[in-house]
Amino acid sequence: MTAPNARDQVTRLLALVPYLQSRGEISVADAAREFGVSPKVIRRDINVLLFCGLPGLGMGDLIEVDFEALEGDDVIRLSNADYLARPLRLDTTEAAALVVGLRTLLEGSGEEEREVVERTLRKVEEAAGEAAGVAAQVTLHVPEDEGEQSLHDQLAGAVAGKRQVRLHHRSAVRDEVTERVVDPIAVLSQEGHTYLDAWCHRVEDRRLFRLDRVAAVELLDSPVTEHASQPPLDLSEGIFRPAPDALLATLRLGPQARWVTEYHPVESAIEEPDGGLTVTLRVGDPAWLARLLLRLGGAAALVDPPALAEQVRNTALRALQHYAE
Amino acid sequence: MSARKSERLLNLLITLLVSRGYVTKDRLREVIPDYKNASSEEAFEKMFERDKDDLRALGIPIEVGGYNPLFDDEQGYRVARSAFELPQIDLAADEAAVIGLAARVWQQAGLAAATSDALIKLKAAGVEVDREALNVAQPRLAEDEPSFERFWEGVSTRRPVSFDYRSSTAAQPSTRHLQPWGIVSYRTRWYVVGHDLDRDDHRLFRLSRVAGEVTFTGPAGSFTVPAGTDIRALTSRLAPDTGERTAVVLVREARALALRHRATATQPAQAGWDRLEVGFGRTDAFVDELMTFGDDVVAVEPDDVRALVVDRLRSVAGVAS
Repeated sequence: MTAPNARDQVTRLLALVPYLQSRGEISVADAAREFGVSPKVIRRDINVLLFCGLPGLGMGDLIEVDFEALEGDDVIRLSNADYLARPLRLDTTEAAALVVGLRTLLEGSGEEEREVVERTLRKVEEAAGEAAGVAAQVTLHVPEDEGEQSLHDQLAGAVAGKRQVRLHHRSAVRDEVTERVVDPIAVLSQEGHTYLDAWCHRVEDRRLFRLDRVAAVELLDSPVTEHASQPPLDLSEGIFRPAPDALLATLRLGPQARWVTEYHPVESAIEEPDGGLTVTLRVGDPAWLARLLLRLGGAAALVDPPALAEQVRNTALRALQHYAE
Repeated sequence: MSARKSERLLNLLITLLVSRGYVTKDRLREVIPDYKNASSEEAFEKMFERDKDDLRALGIPIEVGGYNPLFDDEQGYRVARSAFELPQIDLAADEAAVIGLAARVWQQAGLAAATSDALIKLKAAGVEVDREALNVAQPRLAEDEPSFERFWEGVSTRRPVSFDYRSSTAAQPSTRHLQPWGIVSYRTRWYVVGHDLDRDDHRLFRLSRVAGEVTFTGPAGSFTVPAGTDIRALTSRLAPDTGERTAVVLVREARALALRHRATATQPAQAGWDRLEVGFGRTDAFVDELMTFGDDVVAVEPDDVRALVVDRLRSVAGVAS
């Protein structure tokens, strides 16, 4: 193990000493977990304390560690350190981390929770003092629009009340609005979008509906079916999860179209000499890929499947006829 | 060795914190064992300077002042308790739960480590952080970006940076020079905004397109952000389109629903088509959108939008312009 860095060690001790004074004691194992270090490191930290205290460092000046508790029960207790009863102030980055985190929560909260978050934000800003002021200047999160917020509140209410909802959902890929009755399971946020996780009675399957594509909702009096009692989806692996047997397309991306890989998971990517990429990706609905290719213009070409490439070309040719003088 | 250094730093801090006035160097040399045992005046000075820097780096405010203002005394040092300690913060159970949730916003991204440090300080101040008590949607701010910390340091200490950047329109990365003013997260992606020294204008850069290392090109405090700068306004092009311009488009019946959804006027046109007026802000983004509707949409006005759509369609169709 490498020798502990003195700055890190002092930082830990400046939190550990007040921590112990506000709580009385902590086990070595808990302290290790709390500070994200090994129990051995915590023991070495405690050893440093034995030689610290008031100027002069005479017998009554030193911080006292309860050795019996430490050796016998692996528990840290100390006394004679009243002058380190409170932790160090939050620095700019720590204050920013909390303030920005709270503001983000504020944007994602329903009406009821918002009051608590606002109250907490005020207290944290007050305690952080100047550091919070700097934090507010340097990082911020661009908010979602208000219409989505009210939809969010309505749907969260339906989840809590276990009531069915009639959704008018606009599919961007199919370019159509569908009406369906769903059993809401949860409202989830991922990658900056909010989704309704629900059992859809129209397709008899579970679906995710992006809130900014929900045109209208209607709360029904009917209770949800047993399908709604499933645990919410874990979206941490991402939203786009086409089935493993979905169409595998090969795309040649010019340098200007490289961004595609930042938004859509690809199965493979090969660098090309012109700065572009050749990628393969799974496609749930070919209509999605057709729209992407149209949007990319000449910056990308579909290598496989060739039939879809032909279809996209024909769409463009038909569209051009509208512009013929 | 470092344990001994930690002892010395802590003892120095305690001495400066508990003393009523400023503590002179002579006094420090008397009470801190390592200073007393220093082999020479020079060795002591060097050690003391380095220790002061270390404590300041931890965020400890060491003040320098006269021991007695009436006399031209030697300078002394102190740490004012009010500037050192986290002020009293009393959080109710639901507020503490909110803190726990706010901390989780960062997860592995950006300021995750700083969040843990902040939480430990709050816990040391007696706050019971409970992460499970409240039912609030759990947003994630952004994914992890290796260059985040460097840009953050640049922003918070006002240091100019340079980096290689792959723009969405150039084949090769180019070196850019920037005074970073702010960092923005939008839809879980990170951007840095600031004054682009090459373009002499403000610009937005996406962190995931930064290639390689970010280098500081000047010391802290090298630039000032102009008073009244609104980071939010500078990054408005990330937000939904504002619709400063108006386009006229022909749309096939019951198609291009997203356009119909936000059209400011809709009239029947020739059989099977409607004529829509749609607001847009950024031409490139609007052309992107029109393209996705294929032959269900015809751009009529303005001329620049129409020309761009035609160009793009020709590229896709493989027809020479």
